[in-house]
Amino acid sequence: MSDLINSSLRDLSAALAARKLSAVELATLFLDRIEKLNPALNAFITTDRDKTLAQARAADATLKSGDGATALTGIPAAHKDIFCTRGWRTTCGSKILANFISPYDANVVEKLDGAGMVTLGKLNMDEFAMGSSNETSYFGPVKNPWDVSCVPGGSSGGSAAAISARLAPAATGTDTGGSIRQPAALCGLTGLKPTYGVVSRYGMIAFASSLDQGGPMAKSAEDCALLLNAMAGFDARDSTSLERPQEDYRRDLEKPLAGLKIGLPREFFGAGMDADVRVAVDAALAEYRKLGAVTVDVSLPNSGLSVPAYYVIAPAEASSNLSRFDGVRYGYRAPEYADLAEMYSRSRAQGFGDEVKRRILIGTYVLSHGYYDAYYLQAQKIRRLIAGDFVAAFKECDVIMGPTSPSVAFAFGAKSADPVQMYLADIYTISTNLAGLPGMSLPCGFGNNNMPVGLQIIGNWFGEAKMLNVAHRYQKATDWHTRMPGGLE
Amino acid sequence: MNWEVVIGLETHAQLQTKSKIFSGSSIAFGAAPNVQANAVDIALPGVLPVLNREAVVCAIKFGLAVGAKIAPRSIFARKNYFYPDLPKGYQISQFEIPVVSGGGLAITVGSGATATEKFVQLTRAHLEEDAGKSLHEDFHGRTGIDLNRAGTPLLEIVTEPDMRSSAEAVAYARTLHALVQWIGICDGNMQEGSFRCDANVSVRPMGQKELGTRREIKNLNSFRFMQQAIDFEVQWQINEIEEGRAIQQATVLFDPDTGETRSMRSKEDAHDYRYFPDPDLLPLEIGDDWIAEVGGGLPELPQAMQQRFAGELGLSAYDAATLTASREMAAYFEAALASAGRENAKPVANWVMGELAARLNKEGLGIVASPLSAQQLAGVVRRIADNTISNKIARDVFDALWAGEGKDADAVIEAKGWKQITDTGAIEALVDEVLAANAKSVEEYRAGKEKAFNALVGQAMKATRGKANPQQVTDLLKKKLGG
Repeated sequence: MSDLINSSLRDLSAALAARKLSAVELATLFLDRIEKLNPALNAFITTDRDKTLAQARAADATLKSGDGATALTGIPAAHKDIFCTRGWRTTCGSKILANFISPYDANVVEKLDGAGMVTLGKLNMDEFAMGSSNETSYFGPVKNPWDVSCVPGGSSGGSAAAISARLAPAATGTDTGGSIRQPAALCGLTGLKPTYGVVSRYGMIAFASSLDQGGPMAKSAEDCALLLNAMAGFDARDSTSLERPQEDYRRDLEKPLAGLKIGLPREFFGAGMDADVRVAVDAALAEYRKLGAVTVDVSLPNSGLSVPAYYVIAPAEASSNLSRFDGVRYGYRAPEYADLAEMYSRSRAQGFGDEVKRRILIGTYVLSHGYYDAYYLQAQKIRRLIAGDFVAAFKECDVIMGPTSPSVAFAFGAKSADPVQMYLADIYTISTNLAGLPGMSLPCGFGNNNMPVGLQIIGNWFGEAKMLNVAHRYQKATDWHTRMPGGLE
Repeated sequence: MNWEVVIGLETHAQLQTKSKIFSGSSIAFGAAPNVQANAVDIALPGVLPVLNREAVVCAIKFGLAVGAKIAPRSIFARKNYFYPDLPKGYQISQFEIPVVSGGGLAITVGSGATATEKFVQLTRAHLEEDAGKSLHEDFHGRTGIDLNRAGTPLLEIVTEPDMRSSAEAVAYARTLHALVQWIGICDGNMQEGSFRCDANVSVRPMGQKELGTRREIKNLNSFRFMQQAIDFEVQWQINEIEEGRAIQQATVLFDPDTGETRSMRSKEDAHDYRYFPDPDLLPLEIGDDWIAEVGGGLPELPQAMQQRFAGELGLSAYDAATLTASREMAAYFEAALASAGRENAKPVANWVMGELAARLNKEGLGIVASPLSAQQLAGVVRRIADNTISNKIARDVFDALWAGEGKDADAVIEAKGWKQITDTGAIEALVDEVLAANAKSVEEYRAGKEKAFNALVGQAMKATRGKANPQQVTDLLKKKLGG
């Protein structure tokens, strides 16, 4: 069975298609692992064996008839609890939605269900995706499978931990400032944030609308390509979804890397990066040179402004996006209140956690009359400068590389008392969201305490296939992505 | 002291689209609570708005009709505030860059000899979504929320502070009300809230340049209330100032029962709406080709039509205005005119505005529901013009056609034998008979009783059941009696 939990999606797909393995058997394998290992990891908020097995049986029927079967039919996946799933609880990691059952499916869920994937459950996350360590979840922190005293990263920490511990072969995540890439790095897996607009946001609970983007998380780039094929595509229900021809993101996987120009922004290789991360990243770059790539120095002069600009724009949008959680129509409502104002204030005070409140306060402040120009407008201008930096850099190179995170996974509580330290955990990932660019993280070695290190690849707009190619060739030459944390069982 | 009144109006016109401005729900009025509220309207987690193209077409139509500038790029913004009937906690509206800016409406204040013309400039018109309804009745100690209306498309039309009296404000509101229906963007139903006005009212000493402090009267849903509310508010403000109290900026409500306005909230309670561009929606881009396409489908506007009626048809300004009160009325008139001939413009106008309007009004029918078609009415007018029937008989023909007794005037006249007798010989014989049979009346007339003459005319008309030409009868009688 251990080869099954480590199998690529392609191999699982082949086994299912050949009827060597049934979808029910495969789902049961992972459900059993979840039952056994999740109590220690807390990666899942909700599981429902009956629902999962019903979906698996349907997948088996499809596989048997061959009618409508896809490369993903029968393959289990789990969803970050930010995606609305019909009939499943969708909490967004918050008390305010602790009992919310969505009457509709997110576009991403619809598409993966439509492709025949089997839902294993809903994954833990930082509350409303606000956090970089999964410590803000109302349902308790997720543990890093490589060391349960360390954080898995965030906000898609449940997704990362689940794949890392082989509780699921694939998962969905969302990335507003690094929430797919940073936990992928900290848990030793591969995650991709597509170009803004490639994956529909419909049914993905909004944190910061202009930055949020859903994407796949899996063991390898090849798996991510397969998943992205099913997740991407125009959706008329999302006005920011891009109307482009459907792509096969696997098409360039095998392309040789000879002559590939890798841009190394000097701003990403400065003092902020820990030495152990630097060693692993440098080794990865050496490997790329062996594969025929050349590295060039580039500059992103405004990248130092990305964290402050992000912490104006994201809270501003969040303060408005989260207004709908008011206790009127659904979600948590305070048990006692004297009047309408108190119903609002108590429901929200009791329903939201501290980090969410902090960001609502910041966002409300920066949008206030008299402050809007100084904060929000200024941040939007910086955003344009940052995008301009990337435009200039991509004239010199095909992809950009650097560390995903300045450090390996840190211990619980290490940064949670100081929000600014926590915000700096996303220093290398935030600028891609501000520019709307695609980004990836893939495992490239181990650092202090044998914790995984992630290599970040930033692509040009719509450069997903190129990034996946670059990641896949590296993964063919290395085996970091096949490593699995020990001692879990 | 002499006071000058300054009024600006903000009007919310509900747009006649099939579905909501950012979702596919129906906007039909009167459905059971919350059945026309889908996932987007009730703001479930994760849902997103998608702009309804038809709402934009309505805005373009309006912009063209008032000679305004249509922005090539306008922005939807979020207006943030908490209220139970505002599901998202923000309203999607337009703030810094509205879709329509500038333009204006020519209005006529008063009627007849004292009528004056005025041009009211528009500041802007922008697209936005309506909120739901809070129902405070029927729920003891609780509030019911109906989200059917949430997301209904509105065009908010804002004027410059150009009006100087309640009469001008009402004249503007009526003209706007007619226009939005004319161009087919709003049904104008004020009872159902499809057309609601807010009036910003201030007063200042005559001759003073700066505006006085304004108070905004919210939700005026009839022209009568608008007049009453503004008149009361103006007098209240003048009294306050004359008694030494300064006006505080405020939002007020008009109570139709007392005829008074009362303060709802002061400036201190005003929200900070924290407007910012809605990141869920792209900028609205309107190219010249789209504007041209919409413009091509726009009907002739009432003002142009009035000028045509007055110029080409020689109708009075009043008639031209009455006939263009609605597009349906104008269409009926034009159809009748086409059938009756332009030389009959005046009688056609009189019949449409007179007999037809009165009858429709009496029966509570709109002109589109008229049992009498424009062609049938034209037939009646033609037969008067060619002396086939008298005006009096024409009314009977009209009644018969109204009742469906015949396909056209000619068929009714034929079937009823109502053709006017114009043969002089026949009428002369008749007059002789009448004179012979009514010697007493002849006697009285000759003795100086004018009334007796009328009795003789009446007898003659009665003998022909009204078919004799009354003028010919009168002339012949006079001739014979006088001779």
